[in-house]
Amino acid sequence: MKIKKYGPGDIIFEICLILFMVIFLVVTLYPIVNTLAISFNDGFDTITHRIHFIPHMFTTDNYKAVFAKEGYRMGAVNTVLRTVLGTLISLVVNAILAYVISRKRFLFKKSFSLFWVITMYVNGGLIPTYITFQKLHLTNNFLVYIIPGAVSAFNMLVIRNYMNGIPDSLEESAQIDGAGYFKIFYSIISPLCKPVYATIALFVAVYQWNAWFDAMLYNKMHDELTVLQYELMKQLQTAMKSAGSVEGLKNGGTTITPTSIRAAATICTMVPILFVYPFLQRYFVTGLTIGGVKE
Amino acid sequence: MATNTINPEDLQPHKKVKFLAEAKRQPFLLISSALLLIYGIIFYYVPVLGWVTAFQDYKPAVGFIKSKWVGFAKFQKLFENKTFFLAFRNTLCMGVINLVFHFVTAIAFALLLNEVRLIFAKKFIQTISYMPHFLSWIIVTAIVRDILASDGIVNEFLMNVCGNDKAIDFFAVKGYFWWIVAFANVWKETGWNAIIYLAAITAIDPCLYEAADMDGATRFQKMWYITLPSLRPTIMILLLINIGNVLNAGFELQYILGNDVISDVSKILDVFILDWGISQFDFSLGTAAGIFKSVIALILVCLGNWTAKKTGDERLF
Repeated sequence: MKIKKYGPGDIIFEICLILFMVIFLVVTLYPIVNTLAISFNDGFDTITHRIHFIPHMFTTDNYKAVFAKEGYRMGAVNTVLRTVLGTLISLVVNAILAYVISRKRFLFKKSFSLFWVITMYVNGGLIPTYITFQKLHLTNNFLVYIIPGAVSAFNMLVIRNYMNGIPDSLEESAQIDGAGYFKIFYSIISPLCKPVYATIALFVAVYQWNAWFDAMLYNKMHDELTVLQYELMKQLQTAMKSAGSVEGLKNGGTTITPTSIRAAATICTMVPILFVYPFLQRYFVTGLTIGGVKE
Repeated sequence: MATNTINPEDLQPHKKVKFLAEAKRQPFLLISSALLLIYGIIFYYVPVLGWVTAFQDYKPAVGFIKSKWVGFAKFQKLFENKTFFLAFRNTLCMGVINLVFHFVTAIAFALLLNEVRLIFAKKFIQTISYMPHFLSWIIVTAIVRDILASDGIVNEFLMNVCGNDKAIDFFAVKGYFWWIVAFANVWKETGWNAIIYLAAITAIDPCLYEAADMDGATRFQKMWYITLPSLRPTIMILLLINIGNVLNAGFELQYILGNDVISDVSKILDVFILDWGISQFDFSLGTAAGIFKSVIALILVCLGNWTAKKTGDERLF
């Protein structure tokens, strides 16, 4: 066993493997490195020179222009707010729901589980949901980012699966000591659920950070309720319409183009996530394997 | 004599009494479930009641109750609409292509990454591989648009290396769009989708590989004849779960990159619903299209569940 012989097939396999992985890394990283290079490159220079991996004419003006834009500033505030509040609220509510459903003695365990599982497969769809939110005065309202999505049957099921793996004896012994269900949730179950809570918090935070459709659908009329991704999307749409032309160029002598400002804004929205996710890896890997699949 | 016999059932507390006693012990569970029930009804069940608008000529100003009932007229209008038919076909085709690519690439990537023996390199590649999953679809759409632009890297490559003499306008040719969407999905999700397979691979019994070594199997043979077949149950379950998602073929790519030239192949159901329901204020038609989508999705889920039952794999619900 210890002595391995390598035939020619193994060597070819090894070479193909290395080649594949190198191509894979280049294809994955190129668009991001390229965006980064463009964001630090002079806008006019980007048009005349092809920028690939490193900036040709280094400048930080693109970033200054992004920070100076009212839309991005408002968007950043709202995005941070919805990410923090939305994640906290969603986590607490989903945890309580999962806890209630996973209690063996809960009187409506079966029917209440079914009530939530159904929501995974049947939903009103875009238009009826829109009408409902309008009637609830959630349109033109910051709360539409946080409240409607707070409970998700899928996230609840991931937490429930984890809670089901905690031995019942812990709950029983606490009950003998006189602890109520809330006390058990707060001081016994929740501390044990930290890994799955981290997983769900990550899923929800990424969702909130990247969301834009609700801003367009419900809060289009209110610029002060915009989010970062929606601002990016608006810029992208303008870029699609004026494709090929260099119209946005003449900005009073400055050399900031829509392309360069978009690159800077893209990097700004990417950075927080890219710095956080490598440190949370073990949580989402375990979370995915306990909870089944998450798209 | 019979009067003196004690019926064992009388010793047990009455069912109702037992229920009340138990209820008294779990006020936290009951109160929080009641609140969550109200929440669920408002945000998940009330919108489903909105389905009635599909059978009405719904006018927001008039309301549900007073709007005129039209039966299936809206559905008839829907099925006579050529754009709707195209949108349904596009959604289904893109969904199926995405599904196939999703599985093939994720499994292939997991198998290959598993063969990388340097632990450091393996960790590094895996960390990079799921980075795109965390980027928003808006950013990915922008990336797709930029690399495929007339001055983008793909055209540069085609002109300099493959000898094309003219830049291809990828967003003006109908034949390309579905594959662009498929490629974007592969770029974004392959690493993420592979996580679950890599986890499953670690659970494979190492004895199998040792036995194969004894028989002189090459690394490719071990991958093909041991690792891949061991993943079969995982693949089946994930496939069946994802069949229900086929009609969710993405949104941003089609919504932002779709233009008038290629709308025959780029328009999907969600964009159709948005166009008619929100922009043209035909709420009833939009709802009807939404119901159609939901019903097909539900049929697909049931089909997946039924197949899982037949083949003996774990059921989904």
